[in-house]
Amino acid sequence: MKKIVSLVLAAILMCTVFVGCGNSSETVTTDGSTSMEKVIGALGEAFETEKGITVTYNPTGSSSGIKAVKEGTCDIGLSSRNLKDEEIAEGLKGTVLAYDGIAIIVNNSNPVSDMDLETIAKIFKGEITNWKELGGKDAEIVLIGREAGSGTRDGFESVTDTEDACKYRQELTSTGDVITTVSSNEDAIGYASVASVEETVKTVTVGGVAPTEETIKNGTYVVQRPFVLVTKEGEALSESASAFFDYITSDEAAEIIASAGVVAA
Amino acid sequence: MKKKRLFENIVHGVFLILGHITVGFVLLITIYLIVSGIPAIKEIGLVNFLFGTQWAPTKAEPQYGILPFILTSVYGTAGAILIGVPIGFMTAVYLSKVANKKVRAVVENAVNLLAGIPSVVYGLVGMLILVPTIKKIFDVPDGASLFAAIIVLAVMILPSIIKVSITSLDAVPKEYEDASLALGATPTETYFKVSVPAAKSGIAAAVVLGVGRAIGETMAVMMVSGNVANMPSLFESVRFLTTAVSSEMAYSSGLQQQALFSIALVLFLFIMLINVTLNFFLKKERK
Repeated sequence: MKKIVSLVLAAILMCTVFVGCGNSSETVTTDGSTSMEKVIGALGEAFETEKGITVTYNPTGSSSGIKAVKEGTCDIGLSSRNLKDEEIAEGLKGTVLAYDGIAIIVNNSNPVSDMDLETIAKIFKGEITNWKELGGKDAEIVLIGREAGSGTRDGFESVTDTEDACKYRQELTSTGDVITTVSSNEDAIGYASVASVEETVKTVTVGGVAPTEETIKNGTYVVQRPFVLVTKEGEALSESASAFFDYITSDEAAEIIASAGVVAA
Repeated sequence: MKKKRLFENIVHGVFLILGHITVGFVLLITIYLIVSGIPAIKEIGLVNFLFGTQWAPTKAEPQYGILPFILTSVYGTAGAILIGVPIGFMTAVYLSKVANKKVRAVVENAVNLLAGIPSVVYGLVGMLILVPTIKKIFDVPDGASLFAAIIVLAVMILPSIIKVSITSLDAVPKEYEDASLALGATPTETYFKVSVPAAKSGIAAAVVLGVGRAIGETMAVMMVSGNVANMPSLFESVRFLTTAVSSEMAYSSGLQQQALFSIALVLFLFIMLINVTLNFFLKKERK
């Protein structure tokens, strides 16, 4: 009796081992930028329902993602900055998946409607503290930002070169909160993903350029960054990984990318 | 006969298991919090962690001091108690002793309703009405502040204070009050010199319950307090222990995430302390 039980158990264990193997060959691993969570999540889900291949995502940050590709611990690396020259020299290849535009928003009653990148940086670093210095009314500027670790904050601070230097008055945990707060405080300024900005707030032009799909794509709107897929140059991806790569860079994926709030490349 | 005993035993067993499930969850959570909260404290150092005044986990040289959060939670709760307890206590005395049945029924219903409002609704109302009002009245650049959080918390703890106080005031034997009135004391004297002292440990329990509610509240506070890790000051943006955990949990990793667990552990210890105090008062009342 005991023998039979152990045999059955062994058989079950064997099966699970095989099932495990079956899964791992049908998995695409991605690793990198925390900001790309939404877009990769949406793409992975769509891909999984269509092809039955699981896509895993490990939010470690752009640099870790790039390193993971180099070391071969993941199929596709995700970076929310362009590859550096030395990284390209090391045999890595970047393919831009999408562009993430960040809108600078103020209250609808604010007369200021244009500022350049340098001014934005000065405002957020606390060097310009009153709206009258920008031609607005005499009132203290209220800086609304996102929490540490947020992709939008990381993107905004890296583009404006204000990392760890922003003097926020409020750190909110969602884009919606930022927009609501800016819409209810006349002296507030904040930033939010372009796709989620509504009419309740005013989007300022940066250096005279308004953020639209076109200006973000051709680079004239400067508060933006690319979402890059990192792979090894001259080394073939696994079958499932290459299917995923083709799928997310195809035209039909553009709609999914747009639904995640970014502009497809 | 035997069958009946068997049935009884089975029911007893089922209840025992169900009871143990609850205990099991408490143990599980406690152990999990301790196990996941200790590593970061070890790495950062207990003194640096508890008494550091700077929280900047994503900086090039990360800082993990949670003193601003601890002080904010303490000040915020104290402020809410300072405003909420007198209002709640007086309401309870009025409802239990003075109000006629109809008024009491209506007000008690309103209080129950207040208790049932989800905290995100408190937060939303606070964010859209209270915060702009504070900005206007006190002429500060932005109304999202410790003050706004205190007001919201004070309203949120009212139901628990009122309900528990009423129960203990109702339980005061009528003979005490009759005797006091017969000796010539006015009704007001009777309420405050006889009824309230007789119910004092119950009222103390109500206050402690309010403290527990206030210190554990997250959502409403997060929406009105601004969430910047400043040292607390009444009209500045502040971050509580609860909001420190919830606002960064989504994106955190590595030591930052472990430190968030450590914050949760500190919060857990605070709440344990409050529960012990509460049990102390409740036991005293039973005696």
